[in-house]
Amino acid sequence: MLKLKQVSITFNEGTLDEKRALKHINLELKKGEFVTVIGGNGAGKSTLMNVISGNLIADTGNVIINGQDVTYLPEYKRARFIGRVFQDPMAGTAPSMTIEENLAMAYSRNKKRTLKLGVTRQRRKMFQEYLSTLNLGLEDRLTAKVGLLSGGERQALSLLMATFTEPDILLLDEHTAALDPARAELVSQITSELVEKYELTTLMVTHNMQQALEMGDRLIMMDAGQIILDVSGEDKQKLTIQQLLEEFQRIRGRQFVNDQTVLG
Amino acid sequence: MFLSLFGAVESGLIYAIMALGVYLSFRIIDFPDLTVDGSFVTGGAVAAVSIINGVPPILATVYGAFAGFIAGTITGVLHTKGKINPLLSGILMMTALYSINLRIMANPQVPLLNETTLKTALTALWEKTGIDRVMNGMLEAFGLDRFPNTWAIVFIMIFVVLIIKLIIDYFLKTEVGLALRATGDNKRMIRSFSANTDNLIIVGIGLSNGLVALSGALIAQHQGFADVGMGIGMIVIGLASVIIGEALFGTKTIARATLAVILGAIIYRIVVTLALRTKFLETGDMKLITAVLVIIALVTPKIIQAQREKQRRMKKRAALEAGE
Repeated sequence: MLKLKQVSITFNEGTLDEKRALKHINLELKKGEFVTVIGGNGAGKSTLMNVISGNLIADTGNVIINGQDVTYLPEYKRARFIGRVFQDPMAGTAPSMTIEENLAMAYSRNKKRTLKLGVTRQRRKMFQEYLSTLNLGLEDRLTAKVGLLSGGERQALSLLMATFTEPDILLLDEHTAALDPARAELVSQITSELVEKYELTTLMVTHNMQQALEMGDRLIMMDAGQIILDVSGEDKQKLTIQQLLEEFQRIRGRQFVNDQTVLG
Repeated sequence: MFLSLFGAVESGLIYAIMALGVYLSFRIIDFPDLTVDGSFVTGGAVAAVSIINGVPPILATVYGAFAGFIAGTITGVLHTKGKINPLLSGILMMTALYSINLRIMANPQVPLLNETTLKTALTALWEKTGIDRVMNGMLEAFGLDRFPNTWAIVFIMIFVVLIIKLIIDYFLKTEVGLALRATGDNKRMIRSFSANTDNLIIVGIGLSNGLVALSGALIAQHQGFADVGMGIGMIVIGLASVIIGEALFGTKTIARATLAVILGAIIYRIVVTLALRTKFLETGDMKLITAVLVIIALVTPKIIQAQREKQRRMKKRAALEAGE
């Protein structure tokens, strides 16, 4: 479903600040696979997400979605295949517009936008049904402005908006990191439910090792622009945080540096 | 007195179309577009020159609006493809349009005195309806002895402005319209939902300037000439209308906000007319009055809010002390 072939990106090439953010990344996700990505700051996790979403273009190598080479396809065109949720709960929705208007915009993701009304009676009913699956009571607040919702509610709505049109790829970029623990738990739970329901091919970046172990069916660890660990199936289920840390030290010959590790 | 207020409402209705254009760029797309000062004249210039060359006035007006649309799309291209800051894109286009407008008109002023314009054509048609006699009869009953020349402009413009308002309201609820509003609200989000924000901005600024130029084309025919300087300060007048309207009538929904902008444009004209009737203000002071109006409309709501907050706190303190 998603394939990265020898993808490399270098920032500020030829200057003192030169940084090789991705080094010959090879990655393949099968249809319906849910992969969690961990790694310290600057490991290349966000760059990986950006090169898939089209926010960045690979220097060399190819990005292939569903058999189509999208390496040079602009971000807005690629968005037809990709659903995304960002870390910032403010980023995934339009605050001054209503819940139903936001859903209507998300509904147009893989269709041509026309001069027909975005919110019709029929669609409103459909939106209500989708919203009721979140169990947040948002289905009764269709005409409320999204800016009035709490961070957790907005993130849950962003998730629904990114998934209900069943994209080929779902990209989650630390989407629970800005929420308090209870809300983060709720959003994680909704994530698992939605991914399962629509059988979405998912790539989820997280700082939280516990979350990376609990969610998904495959885990990759990144460091210095490379994938250094790739575990799936039973091996992943048995994996513990302690083992992860030891594995990192064995491969890299140094301690895993990440402030959240201690907490995780 | 009545006649000058009547005139204010009449031109306020025509300028309301310009204000709706400014609302589109300034509020919906969140793009402070200064092209307006130039595109307003472009609309007037193209319409006037077309009329002089024998184009039917209605078609000439459409040409004027279309020329403004093109000017707006160029500003949009400068910003999105040329990556020029929005304010600067508008200033550059406005400056370029000054020369272009002079070229279109060939003279700094194009009079329409003996030409058939929308105004003369519609007024002539209107006279046959006899509505003027009814309206002036009512005025006479109120004890007035001087009457407006025609009620045609007011009635027809109310109709035209309302139609434009309804079209804008509808458009902003369509799939494309929603994407346009999101472009002004959260670009990153709407891009992740496969909208081409560059094209939306280009078309949006184009539509905005199309409305502005339509207003300019109508004003030129209303006042009987196009003038290369008729657009100076137009963006501030547009902003004044938007801000006054929003402050007085609110922005809860799109339909409410567009109505507020129209009423704001009319109220702006009335206030300026009343201000100019005072002894110590002259016609040349109009821009100063406009600037002061905008400042008042921006600052007053904040002062009122702060005052309310203060009273609320005082009350709480007083209640606590009384309880002790």
